[in-house]
Amino acid sequence: MNMCLAVPGQIVSIDDSNPEMRMAKVNFAGVEKDICIQWLPDIMVGDYILAHVGVALNKIDEEEALETLRLFKELDNFNQADEIR
Amino acid sequence: MKFVDEYRDAGLVNSIASEIKKITTRQWNIMEICGGQTHSIVRYGLDELLPREITLIHGPGCPVCVTPLELIDRAIVIASLPGIIMTSYGDMLRVPGSSSDLLRVKASGGDVRMVYSPLDVLQIAEHNPGKQVVFFAVGFETTAPANAMIVTEARRRNLTNVSVLSAHVLVPPAIEAILSARDASVNAFLAAGHVCTVMGYTEYEPLAEKYNVPIVVTGFEPADILQGILMAVKELESGSHRVLNQYARAVTREGNLPAQRLIREVYQVVDRKWRGIGTIPSSGLDLNDNYAEFDAAKRFRVDTILASESEKCLAGKVLQGLIKPSSCPAFGTECSPDHPLGAPMVSSEGACAAYYRFRKSESHV
Repeated sequence: MNMCLAVPGQIVSIDDSNPEMRMAKVNFAGVEKDICIQWLPDIMVGDYILAHVGVALNKIDEEEALETLRLFKELDNFNQADEIR
Repeated sequence: MKFVDEYRDAGLVNSIASEIKKITTRQWNIMEICGGQTHSIVRYGLDELLPREITLIHGPGCPVCVTPLELIDRAIVIASLPGIIMTSYGDMLRVPGSSSDLLRVKASGGDVRMVYSPLDVLQIAEHNPGKQVVFFAVGFETTAPANAMIVTEARRRNLTNVSVLSAHVLVPPAIEAILSARDASVNAFLAAGHVCTVMGYTEYEPLAEKYNVPIVVTGFEPADILQGILMAVKELESGSHRVLNQYARAVTREGNLPAQRLIREVYQVVDRKWRGIGTIPSSGLDLNDNYAEFDAAKRFRVDTILASESEKCLAGKVLQGLIKPSSCPAFGTECSPDHPLGAPMVSSEGACAAYYRFRKSESHV
């Protein structure tokens, strides 16, 4: 197993029954796993999280993700325009 | 998979690489800290897309690889005691100690188990009240808070048969050790994205300022890594040395505050020996006095076991970025993933294992 890596997954359902150890079912590309969401008080079903050793580290910010992709895309267009010149 | 595939697009990767070529005018050495990033770089050949002027130096960012021999020996001694269930993450079980490894202890009858999560350790302890369950805890700041849950939960659930042998290490002191070395040659760093997911990046700001090095918090996919390099080169070429965040979809400046609180509650910062490098001041985490009852080194009285490292393995030089894995005389001959001399050949994040897997046929890299 790769210790540093955290994997993105989507929250399917949340189990709040133990307030000291809140858990969620998380879908990782079709595979569902139980993940502890204790450090993400505001997380909701449908959100994407990064999970590491069974614990959710953070919510993935979709707007920032799209912004990064937009910057990549801009670079791509820029380089293509450059090649045409 | 969403948030993965789009960052592996070959067209994007190539256009970022050509942008880097366009703006590079001088020699720059850039170190990626994290072994996960090293793995991506070697696997996708990202270093081969870069202009000649840019050298990537692989950093010491594999917690399994830098765990000192004596901690592995202590784990082996504990695992060999009667009534023990020794648990750890996968790679740790195969790392050679002075004369054995944990999987050999298992083969000779020891109860050694691989776990995927700290929650597994708690479950094993609950199901085995007559046994002592020990967790060999490795990892950077990414993993430290999750592993801390073992002792906070053990206390809450009144589990007295759990303890932790801590080998936790911290990234910023390692960066400082690299930068303050006399032959320091690193011009910029890619900081490990997932460490910063937990810790944020305020700790890196004084380092960037003091040593005039840009530090770019970077993700793990090919396009992430190349964009991190592009941002670092832009800083270097313009004579600037800010801390920048390439991985904004997962990292905020302040990080995950509940996770940081848990680190402070459970651990104390200690000097730690790094395998192949030596002792780095204030670079490790041990359980603090409040949780000392869960400290396996104390519970099983192994904290006096010391060990010195093999001369044949050049892991120390690899971990410091002084040589590439393939320059080691033992690489691919005496040392391979099946018969590793050192930890970087064992761990899936280790630089030697990455070179063995993806570049074995090359005599010189």
